[in-house]
Amino acid sequence: MKALVIVEHNNKSIKTSTFSTITAASQICESVDALIVGNQLQEAVDEIKKANDVKKVYVIDKDGLQNPIAENLSTHILEFLKTKDEYTHVLTPSSTFGKNLSPKIATKLDVQQISDIIKVFDSDTFERPIYAGNAIAKVKSNEKIKILTVRPTCFEPCGQTSNVEVENVNLESVDLSSVSFVAYDESKSDRPELTSAKVIISGGRGMQNGDNFKLLEGIADKLGAAMGASRAAVDAGFVPNDWQVGQTGKIVAPDLYVAVGISGATQHIAGIKDSKFIASINKDEEAPIFKFSDYGLVADLFEILPELEKKL
Amino acid sequence: MKALVCVKRVIDYNVKIRVKTDKSGVETENVKMSMNPFDEIAVEEAVKLKEKGVIDEIIVLSIGADTSQETIRTGLAMGGDRGVLVKTNGQEIDPLNVGKIIKSVFDKESPDMVILGKQAIDDDCNQTGQILSSLLDCHQATFASKVEVNDDKTINVTREVDGGLETIKISIPCVITTDLRLNEPRYASLPNIMKAKQKKIDILDINELNIDLKRRVETIEVNEPPERKPGVIVNDVDSLIDKLKNEANVI
Repeated sequence: MKALVIVEHNNKSIKTSTFSTITAASQICESVDALIVGNQLQEAVDEIKKANDVKKVYVIDKDGLQNPIAENLSTHILEFLKTKDEYTHVLTPSSTFGKNLSPKIATKLDVQQISDIIKVFDSDTFERPIYAGNAIAKVKSNEKIKILTVRPTCFEPCGQTSNVEVENVNLESVDLSSVSFVAYDESKSDRPELTSAKVIISGGRGMQNGDNFKLLEGIADKLGAAMGASRAAVDAGFVPNDWQVGQTGKIVAPDLYVAVGISGATQHIAGIKDSKFIASINKDEEAPIFKFSDYGLVADLFEILPELEKKL
Repeated sequence: MKALVCVKRVIDYNVKIRVKTDKSGVETENVKMSMNPFDEIAVEEAVKLKEKGVIDEIIVLSIGADTSQETIRTGLAMGGDRGVLVKTNGQEIDPLNVGKIIKSVFDKESPDMVILGKQAIDDDCNQTGQILSSLLDCHQATFASKVEVNDDKTINVTREVDGGLETIKISIPCVITTDLRLNEPRYASLPNIMKAKQKKIDILDINELNIDLKRRVETIEVNEPPERKPGVIVNDVDSLIDKLKNEANVI
C-alpha cells in the first residue's frame, strides 16, 4: 500500500495542514509520497522535502498553475495518477483547498470520497464527525482507491528534518481550464484565523451590542486570540457573519476557547466541543455553556472583562 | 437564465441530535426536520437573482422520501417556481450518487446554473457540488460569499477560503455552492406559503434513473462523541487566570 498526499501551499510556503495530512497518511501506509502542484515552487519544494515520513516528492511546476483553481489542479493530479497506479490512498487536507479539490479527483475516478477523517483504524476504516461532531461515524470504504480528506487538527504535524528525493513531472500537455482567477484578498486582520487559532475569544447575545465587542479586543490582543461570536450575536447584527462559530458557522478546535455572554445553544456547542479547554463567563449560572466548560465564571461580563484585560 | 436549486431535508439545526442505542445512526423519528441551512441560502440567492432579472425560472430539487416535498414547498414559498422530487425509500445515498441523480435532472432540465449549499449539516460531507461539476465537466465555484452575473453571462464569484476571499470568473453552465455570508434567507410570508401549495412538483422515481445505489462507503457504527470532563466554577478573575496559566497551560 502506498499513499499520495496532495500538498497545500501558497507557492512559497507549505501549510501546516499538509504536515498533519502526512501524519495521517503514514498511519495508513508504510510508504508515503507527496505531490505539489503550482508555479515557481522552489521555496515550497525546499520546505516539503524536509517532511519526515515522506519517501518522495513529485513536483508539477507549470505556468498557469499559480492559483489553486480546482479544475486545473484536478486534471493535473489525475494525469499524474494515470502514470502511477501504485497508489492505494490519496489524501488532502480538509481545508477549503482540499474540500474544493479532492471530490473532483474522486469523481473522475468514480470513487466515493471519505471527508474529514479524524482517526485511522486500518487501511479502509476511518472515523469522521457527522452532525458537526455531535456524533462520530466509523466508516469503511469498499473502493479500490481511497480518496480521503483529513481534518488537520486531529493529527500532529510530522517532523521536518529530512531531505527526501524530489522528482519533477512534466505535464505541459495538460490543458488549462477556462476558469479565470480574478483576485485574492487576504484577510487584513492582525488576528489569527478562527479555524487555525490557538486561542479564541467569542461573544454572544450577552454582549448586548456590537460596540461592546471592543471589550473583547484588548483581551484578544493580549492572548493573541482570534475573535468569534455565537449565531445569536451574528443574527442580532452585533458582528459580521464570518465571525460565527458553530454548526452553521466555523467549526473550531483551539487550545483555549473563551465564551463570553454565550448561553451555549446546541448549534454553538457543536462548533467548539473539540477545543482543548473551554472557559466561559456568564451571569446566568444555569447557562448550558457551563456544562461544557472546563472553567466557568458566573459574573457580569461588563465588570469582569476590564478586570481580566488588566490582569492578563 | 434558468437555475436549479438543490435542497436537502435534514434535522433542524436547533435540535440536539441523539445517537440511536443500536449505534446504527442518528434518531430521526419524531424530530423536527428543516431545509439544510446552506440550501436555504442557495434558494435565497436564486430568488435574489430572479428579482434582479438575471434568472427567469427557479426549479427546486430534492432527493428523498415523500416528506421531502415539504422541503421543496419551503423553497417554493421563498420564491421557487416549480419543484422536482426524486423519490427514494428514505435510504441513505452516497454523495457520488447524489451527484449522479442531480446530473440526470440537469440533463433533462438544462439549467444554466445549479446552486446548492456547500454542505449538508447532517453528513457534513461537503462534496455534492464538486462532484456534480466534475460529472458535468462544467465550472464550479464553491463556498460562495458573493455572486455577480456579468452582462456577457460570465459570473464573478467571491469564495470564502481559509485566510481570505478569492474571486474567480466562471462561465455557464456552472455549479455554485453557498457559504454563510452570501445572504440572509428570507422568511416566507403566509400568502407566499399559500401560493406555494399551488405550484407544481414533478415526482421522479429514483429506480427509473438507472443508478447503482449500492453504498461504496459503509457506516459501521455511529457513536456519541467522547464526553467532556466536568469542569469547575471559579470564583473570580484571579483564579480563572491561575487555572488557565498553571493547570491548563494555555495562556
